[in-house]
Amino acid sequence: MAQNNTGSSATTQVTLGWVWVGIPLAWGVIVTIQNVAKLFQ
Amino acid sequence: MTFLDRSHSVAGPGFSRWLVPPAALCIHLCIGQAYAFSVFNKPLAQLLCSAAQACPPATEKAISTTPGDWSITDVGWIFSLAIVFLGLSAAVFGRWVESAGPRKAMFAAACLFCGGLIVSGLGVMAHNLPLIFLGYGVIGGCGLGIGYISPVSTLIKWFPDRPGLATGTAIMGFGGGALIGAPLAVGLMKYYSSPTSNGVAPTMITMAVIYFVYMIVGALLVRLPADGWRPAGWTPPTAEVAAARMMTTRNVVVGDAVKTPQFWLLWAVLFLNVSAGIGVLGQASLMIQEVLGVSVAAAAGFVGLLSLFNMGGRIFWASTSDTIGRKQTYMIFFALGAVLYALTPSLGHWHAIVLFVLAYGIILSMYGGGFATIPAYLRDMFGTVQVGAIHGVLLTAWSAAGVAGPLILNKLRDYELANGVAKADAYSMTMYIMAGLLVIGFICNWLVRPVADRHYMPTTPTVGGELIA
Repeated sequence: MAQNNTGSSATTQVTLGWVWVGIPLAWGVIVTIQNVAKLFQ
Repeated sequence: MTFLDRSHSVAGPGFSRWLVPPAALCIHLCIGQAYAFSVFNKPLAQLLCSAAQACPPATEKAISTTPGDWSITDVGWIFSLAIVFLGLSAAVFGRWVESAGPRKAMFAAACLFCGGLIVSGLGVMAHNLPLIFLGYGVIGGCGLGIGYISPVSTLIKWFPDRPGLATGTAIMGFGGGALIGAPLAVGLMKYYSSPTSNGVAPTMITMAVIYFVYMIVGALLVRLPADGWRPAGWTPPTAEVAAARMMTTRNVVVGDAVKTPQFWLLWAVLFLNVSAGIGVLGQASLMIQEVLGVSVAAAAGFVGLLSLFNMGGRIFWASTSDTIGRKQTYMIFFALGAVLYALTPSLGHWHAIVLFVLAYGIILSMYGGGFATIPAYLRDMFGTVQVGAIHGVLLTAWSAAGVAGPLILNKLRDYELANGVAKADAYSMTMYIMAGLLVIGFICNWLVRPVADRHYMPTTPTVGGELIA
């Protein structure tokens, strides 16, 4: 049981870590793609 | 502050190594803002005219005619200084980063980079260019260098099975930092602008605070693997496999590594790959406008697309190198890059816009891939013990290329225009010369051979930080 708790805690930490860096990165990529779209208009 | 020490950042049982790449990304996504510094160039060159509400209309080419306003050339030195100090600080502090550990190094990088932004903001308030050079160029540049190398050796130790993927993920963040830094700065300048200010100083200070929080989170998340740790189910490659892939089973210290021809061949490989790419990056907007006659907005889209290829190439090529090998990956960069550079003038003449954009996209993906694959290449050649410090010294090639690349492109373009060549054709000769640089890079990479026995440390052999039985 203790091992399961450690495993789920690590998974939560990893998920939060990737969300923390993923949100600004995704925002930057979306803004850039919006600018790229102007190239082919 | 003992929690910053190397001994306090060793992972306990149950820690997932997949938390280390986001920790590294916290640093690289922030310091990658350097690639987006050009969004400040025009506002910095219009500080006095915007205060006096006397700036030329946006439709005119003049930046400012107000006495005392800086020129774009003056302002351009801020980025160049930052890149020079990135390389110098990575070289000088590389050994300290290895001994202090990633957490202390990331903390130092956060203080320097964000402190540099604040000093620059004060320099903008005082309209003092040397203070901005000191802030962003020198102090911030040192933060860039220490931050850039801080997670590299830690990632290599956590991912001995996939070092290219691991370092590629972090270094992808440096490419991605521009995608965040540019719209963030533009949005903040718009928010802070007033009839008598274009909002540069508060933007820099706000960005410093936001980036500091992100970087400190990275420093708190990062962990070193415990001695003897290895990924579950992974066994180090046999000596035969390691030899076939040119992966050393031993270690070279940084002082000995710089005495080897392999180090200088790899220095030349990075220098030539970066010189070819960085020259295009700096001129991409102007180039596509003059060659294909597209609008300014479309040119901005082209620059954005190149940034996406630059970022994506870092993770794609670095992880590919885990499968096909580092030397082979660089062979592709140089061979394919030279062919594409040689083709782009013709694509411009034919107005083949999709192929033109695609060719430059692939070139920029290999530019990013070159940065991301080099740490794993160094690990293969010199082992893991001082790979961070060796990587730091090698980054002086980036500093040199940061000056040489744009210089070559600008001088050649000016020479062509002075000799009556049409604007649309002025880039052709430059592209052929870039192709030539890549051919030299191909030869340098081809010449790389395993390091001679005399340079290795007299210790038990390792692969990926693991002892070989």
